[in-house]
Amino acid sequence: MSKYYVNKFLYTVDRDPELLKRYTEDPRNLVATWEQSLGPKLLNNEVEASSVHAFTAEEREALINHDYVALFEMGAHFFLNLTLFIGMYDEPYLLKSGPLSFQREFAAKLQHWRGKDYPTVET
Amino acid sequence: MAQLVATLASTHHPFYLKATTMPPEQQLPEAPEWKRKVEAYRETLERTKPDILVMIGSDHFHQIFLDNCPQFLIGKAERYDATFYNEEREFGIPKYVLEGDEDMSRFMHQALMNQNFDFAFSNELKIDHSIICPIITVRPDADLPVVPIYTNIFAPPLHTPRRFYDLGRAIRKAIDDYPSDKRVAAIGTGHLSLELGGPRQFMETGPDPEFDRQAIEWLRTGNIEAILENVTHESMAASGNATHGFLNFILMLGVAGPEGADYVDNLDLFHTMEAYFTWYPKEQAA
Ligand SMILES: [Fe+2]
Repeated sequence: MSKYYVNKFLYTVDRDPELLKRYTEDPRNLVATWEQSLGPKLLNNEVEASSVHAFTAEEREALINHDYVALFEMGAHFFLNLTLFIGMYDEPYLLKSGPLSFQREFAAKLQHWRGKDYPTVET
Repeated sequence: MAQLVATLASTHHPFYLKATTMPPEQQLPEAPEWKRKVEAYRETLERTKPDILVMIGSDHFHQIFLDNCPQFLIGKAERYDATFYNEEREFGIPKYVLEGDEDMSRFMHQALMNQNFDFAFSNELKIDHSIICPIITVRPDADLPVVPIYTNIFAPPLHTPRRFYDLGRAIRKAIDDYPSDKRVAAIGTGHLSLELGGPRQFMETGPDPEFDRQAIEWLRTGNIEAILENVTHESMAASGNATHGFLNFILMLGVAGPEGADYVDNLDLFHTMEAYFTWYPKEQAA
């Protein structure tokens, strides 16, 4: 398991409009591309490789499926997990069901965690 | 010596600008009151006529990430760009360029090191909404030089509430000792109870209104003993997964000193309690 690597995915995609678009439209391909050529780079360095991390099958599936509930349960950082999915879903939900409807659905899908200790986001 | 003229501590709400500038028929019912409260709060800074702003915030994984994550960091640059693409996208916050004050940053960095705070530093810091939100609310002309300080309230393990308070005290000492005739205001933002990306996000109130009420009372009376007795990482997590932003309020109380606030206001918004505090150093209190 690599919470760090999942967070690195969320972080690098959220900050790049082109990657965000590709992740919205074709998550399976974007995740594959990311694992091949973007994840194994040291951050802020176009030259240096980093061979430390890899996704588990479960993490890969959660990312491919835009499964923010599974990501929450794996301890992905709550801020990255929220911001990235708002970036993809806020607008379509807004047009269909009004302001904050995506955020409220996100919360509704996590109700089984009410009153419990959440999975730690410590990496 | 420099003179601390005001300490401001408030919540930061990235939607403030959008919420109060969209066409009136689309605005939240609370928007006019929100704007009135923010403008009244702005006045508590304006009347002190500051020359420099020492600004305390926390990067939200914009420039700082888990590959290299400092607990405390100070900006030392002649200018700071501000607002990242994903903040423009999500909140509609415009880009800014803030002037820095390298001389004061350098002095502050050394003074904090001398007081045993091992600060990281950055000579090329792009500022995010934790510092731009208060610029928008209390200094919208963005016309004063800033000394930015970042704390880690986001990526555990975090420092203790006591350490945040002590850092506030150390920042205060550094301001008091700064050899300059400048008037300095310290401005910091954080959160009361807050949930992001969890089951209690975006409810009608914040996730823990009882904590919010209590926290406002502690800050209003400057009751650091009660805060340090009651607030732990576990208690903050129980009040909402992003409640650790309260650590910056504790830091700001350290800057002000353990005294009652001179100005206190709050506003119950959908999903969060907004709160605004100003302390004037006693010898200058009107
Ligand atoms: Fe924030």
